[in-house]
Amino acid sequence: MKVRHHISEEMLLDYAAGTLSEGWSIAIASHLALCPACRNHLSAMEGAAGALLDKISVSDDLGDSWNRFRTRLKEKATDPEAAAPGNSVRAVPPGTPSAVLPEPLRSYVGSDVDGLKWRALGRGAYQIRIPTSDPSTQVRLLRIPAGKPVPEHTHRGRELTLVLSGSFRDGNKLFERGDMEEADDDLLHTPVATEGEDCICLAVTEAPLKFTSWIVRMIQPILKI
Amino acid sequence: MTKPKTPASKAAEPTPAQLATLLVTVGRDRDVEAFEALFRFYAPKIRAFMALKTKDRQAAEELMQETMMAVWSKSAQFDPARGTVSAWVFTVARNIRIDAYRRKQPMFDPQDPAFVADDIPPADSEFEQAQEADLLRRALSTLPSEQQDVLKKAFFEDIPHSAIAQQMNLPLGTVKSRIRLAFAKLRTALEDRR
Ligand SMILES: [Zn+2]
Ligand SMILES: [Zn+2]
Repeated sequence: MKVRHHISEEMLLDYAAGTLSEGWSIAIASHLALCPACRNHLSAMEGAAGALLDKISVSDDLGDSWNRFRTRLKEKATDPEAAAPGNSVRAVPPGTPSAVLPEPLRSYVGSDVDGLKWRALGRGAYQIRIPTSDPSTQVRLLRIPAGKPVPEHTHRGRELTLVLSGSFRDGNKLFERGDMEEADDDLLHTPVATEGEDCICLAVTEAPLKFTSWIVRMIQPILKI
Repeated sequence: MTKPKTPASKAAEPTPAQLATLLVTVGRDRDVEAFEALFRFYAPKIRAFMALKTKDRQAAEELMQETMMAVWSKSAQFDPARGTVSAWVFTVARNIRIDAYRRKQPMFDPQDPAFVADDIPPADSEFEQAQEADLLRRALSTLPSEQQDVLKKAFFEDIPHSAIAQQMNLPLGTVKSRIRLAFAKLRTALEDRR
């Protein structure tokens, strides 16, 4: 498997800088788990950030910052809780079967694909809404029946779609596991799941704002959009 | 526009390779003296980095202390084959800043069974990383200032690319192309070496 459709440079930069909101970040981090090429780009960006950090020239002196730090370090050393060995590296039990949903997505959903509780969307499609603390986005898993188009496909704002199993076609492009499609309002597209297998993908979209969508619905017939 | 540094001020600054040796020593031996050298180099920079966002010296000092404590505690996780100390320290500071503003930015997990490992191993020596750091630093200074500005705003001022466009009163497409050009150039600089 080789990922062919990647994260755009500017979204990856927002992620590297830590300014990308939670909803989009779930898609970016899940793609990164499946794509060594984008992880290399991310490292290069972090390398550039490090080089820029080196170049910050500072005129003011350290003051008593170092002494304050040493005091904290001593307090920390005597604090039994802090002295406990870190469990930052999670061990994976040997023989763990490979998973379909990568982290961090799997933790958000609470299980891998076989434990999911899908909700019917109509016309054979299913979805699961993924709750986040980010009100600006809507995050969902979609299951599109083989050979059928992605349902409910109106486009307002940015949309990220990450294929997790099966594949879809959009025009003459094929999107398979790990591939990411980035779309915005000026892109008219009709993704269709490939024949033979249902397509499961992660879709992140801008949260529909009730007020704007009401206005859009009002003016849509007038503008014929 | 880059002023030549006097040899004296240059000599005081540790090289990327020295920084890597220091951090590896801290990770292995919990060596406070080695950490002090790192602290003297990074603490003022991290404080300035934090101040760009908080605009408050006291808050910036607090976030710097927190960052340096995280650098101390996580030092054993630093892998000199995967990048420079400065890149790693940046990611630690960035994550502290994300937490400070109560944002969430989930990350991938290399221990995850679904994780796809790279079939090309990373540069395998500290020497190569130090060389790469040098190339990156030089390539950065040759970027047009408009491209450097976009990167600085993104990394230091904590502004997403869409907001940079607004703030600089530029079309979004212009900001996007500056980002693309900048990283294309940095990547070429790194690839030329191989
Ligand atoms: Zn990629
Ligand atoms: Zn779409």
